[in-house]
Amino acid sequence: MSTRHILLGLLAGGPSHGYDLKRRHDERFPQARPLAYGQVYTTLQRLVRDGLAEIDGTEADSGPERTMYRSTDDGARELATWAGEIAPPAPFVTNEIFAKLVVSILAGGDPAAYLLAQRTAHMARMRELTAVKTSPAADLATVLSADFALNHLDADLRWMNTTAARLTNLTAEVDAA
Amino acid sequence: MSDHNPSTVPLLAARGLVKEHGRTRALRGASVELGSGEILAVTGASGSGKSTLLHCLAGIVRPDEGSVAYAGNRLDQLPEKQLSELRRTDFGIVFQFGQLIPELTAVDNVALPLLLTGTARKEARERAGEWLERFGVRGQEEQRPGEMSGGQAQRVSLARALVTGPKVVFADEPTGALDSLASEQVMAALVHTARESGTAVLLITHDALTAAYADREVTLKDGVVVSAADAAMGSLGVSQ
Repeated sequence: MSTRHILLGLLAGGPSHGYDLKRRHDERFPQARPLAYGQVYTTLQRLVRDGLAEIDGTEADSGPERTMYRSTDDGARELATWAGEIAPPAPFVTNEIFAKLVVSILAGGDPAAYLLAQRTAHMARMRELTAVKTSPAADLATVLSADFALNHLDADLRWMNTTAARLTNLTAEVDAA
Repeated sequence: MSDHNPSTVPLLAARGLVKEHGRTRALRGASVELGSGEILAVTGASGSGKSTLLHCLAGIVRPDEGSVAYAGNRLDQLPEKQLSELRRTDFGIVFQFGQLIPELTAVDNVALPLLLTGTARKEARERAGEWLERFGVRGQEEQRPGEMSGGQAQRVSLARALVTGPKVVFADEPTGALDSLASEQVMAALVHTARESGTAVLLITHDALTAAYADREVTLKDGVVVSAADAAMGSLGVSQ
């Protein structure tokens, strides 16, 4: 994920300081790992170095003095270009579940049992996420991020269901031979 | 498998259900429990026996073998007349395609179960209107099913299933014909209302996103309930 573009996106609404950018990032991306302050300040310095952001004075609201940053015209163009670029669809997905399943087949294990147990863990997480997004307190950012996670877990589950059915058919063919 | 205290009697308990349709064995010893106020998802592939299980639990068909107990009493042994009465008073049912009566307006469709249990027409229509409001379809009272979207019609079906204050709602693929946002609205409305009124829900679905609205899930495979707890620990069969 591109932290510099996300910070440029947050600056698109108006000048802001590092502490506020970190707080707004964590609100907008509630399921993501919180941004570290160090990373925010390093990224802001690089944006200034590259002419995509500039310092816009200081602010001291009954607290320590904070440096304000704002996006430049180049920054706005860079953001628009990045936001419109198509992300390459992954040609193949490498994933721990897939690796474990293959190893289980190779080692003569019980892949069906593994899939069933993994399915239970996926469903438990999907119930948690559904509760999060249907809570009356859920804001739009929370709903969108929970939807994203839910749909990816659902994709895993569909693959696991198809694989379990393939394994059943394969076993039946081997038994019949 | 159940998270419920074993000392309390489950609202609905099926033991060792066997049911054949002609030469097809739809259920081969399925057992499941539903607690009072619990929302349980029953998932499984097509042909795994989900709908047959629902029909047995709701008293629509009688199992060939096994038992179904409702509040501790044998449902599968009740005479047809008492069974019909119980279905009218204690159970609500929703199908994939709402199966609303096409000639009746939304409010009359919802009022129908109340009229069948002897409620006066004016009161029945008033209560039906309140339920349509709870499901977010107020304003559609005088529309017929053909004039509504699939999501609206399904919410009318839910209102009809809940209007009599049932203890259990049986929902067979209630979102099966809906797009993702309409599914979400129907499920959110069902779960919210069921929790508010303490109604238990037995939800049949092949969709994991829908099943995730439930408190718990059981999976059917070839007519029996399979659970991860019964499966061997670890994919390499290493005992832990």
